[in-house]
Amino acid sequence: MRVILDNLDTFTMALGVTLLLSLLSFAGAFLVGAALAAARVSPVPPLRQAATLLTELFRNIPLVVLLFLLYFGIPKIDIRFSPFITAVIGMSLYTGAYMGETIRSGINSVAVGQAEAARSLGLGFGQVLGIVVLPQALRTVVQPIGNLFSAHAKNTAIAASISVKDLTYQANKLGQENAEAVTTLLAVGMVYVVLLLGAGYGFAVLERRTAIRR
Amino acid sequence: MTIATALSLVVLAAVVVVVVARLSAKHQFDGDLWKPFTEYSVLKFLFLGLVNTLKVAAVAMGLALMFGGTLALGRLSLLRPVRWLTTGLIELFRAYPLLLLIFFMPKLLKLAGIELSSFWPLAIALMLYNGSILAEIFRAGVLSLDHGQEEAAQSIGLGYWQSMAFVLAPQAVRRMAPAIVSQLITLLKDTALGALIFYDELLRRADGAGNEFGNNLQMYVIVAVVYIVINFALSRLARRLEVRQRRRYGADAISVAGVEELAGA
Repeated sequence: MRVILDNLDTFTMALGVTLLLSLLSFAGAFLVGAALAAARVSPVPPLRQAATLLTELFRNIPLVVLLFLLYFGIPKIDIRFSPFITAVIGMSLYTGAYMGETIRSGINSVAVGQAEAARSLGLGFGQVLGIVVLPQALRTVVQPIGNLFSAHAKNTAIAASISVKDLTYQANKLGQENAEAVTTLLAVGMVYVVLLLGAGYGFAVLERRTAIRR
Repeated sequence: MTIATALSLVVLAAVVVVVVARLSAKHQFDGDLWKPFTEYSVLKFLFLGLVNTLKVAAVAMGLALMFGGTLALGRLSLLRPVRWLTTGLIELFRAYPLLLLIFFMPKLLKLAGIELSSFWPLAIALMLYNGSILAEIFRAGVLSLDHGQEEAAQSIGLGYWQSMAFVLAPQAVRRMAPAIVSQLITLLKDTALGALIFYDELLRRADGAGNEFGNNLQMYVIVAVVYIVINFALSRLARRLEVRQRRRYGADAISVAGVEELAGA
């Protein structure tokens, strides 16, 4: 326990990094997922195929391999990103692929008549999706998105592998230096557990608020 | 729509061309970076890494299925303390980041005076995490069965354990087969985390070889391709099971709250 109290500043910083990484990359994942889902239901075949291909790619590569690929690959095309930004990009793509599937299942749950009615009013594809279908679709997938967030927030631990200085990174490093690894790792794990319980509660409230009463 | 199709084709092609051009300007497609993959010794080295990956995955899958089954039985138990205990364990292992568990396990075993190679700590960490999720899948399978199944089993004189073993569990497992397979795919992907505790698997070996030949990026690309091929084949299997399921029961696959949507590591 002393290791944690002695390095409270480091751990507070690390907690901030974990939270920021979770939130930023989840927002990114939402954008990626919405784009992938829109492309997959679009009437344009090349877009559909490209989105399917990307989804399969990002879902089947282990996250740590994806992060390594970006970490070594991005500098090769003359762009320099900090490990943190690299992790945000990698996690947005990885969770985005799952998000796309989740949103798509929401879109599929909206009755076809809704889209047909919107089209008959003269709305184009973008308008049908953006104004009529997506708002209804998202309300039905609040709970799966909440689950996705829990998994995502836990997965941010893997960013430690490309030296993002988050909770997991510091816990492992300080634990090793101080031979108090077990208590350090246990305590940090509890922080994640508490965070996830909090997030779970938040999403439960959101789910109740957005539930469609029929 | 043909305009949109043409336009999107052009844009997609442009993105691919730009990335490829930039990579090739940096000599990333040069033969000498890819040449190691034509050498027998390198391929053998990587292949044996893959064998180690599959070995730990197979052991962890077996352990996780047993552990998950046990936890599910505990959660369905008629004894309240057993239910509480197993529910607590399941919630704990599901919320604990897998990577921390993997870092934690060797140290815990060392504290307990057990010195093992990184194989067992990795297998145990994978067992605890995936087992707790499999437990939820099994439980959802049992709960999805018609109540009449249990009543019928009891009415022909089967006890609790007999009806569980001969009537409920087999049907539950069969119904949940697609979800079980996709969780096992997640487990296979998770084994790559073993590289971070120096387990001698595919990613670790690719890392070492990449440092040796100075072609890390190319090595990781190969690793990614290997994982994609294996996981794609397995997910095809999961989908086949799901389709068969649907045909047999004429119903949608049962969704387990918070399980299918779980993006594993």
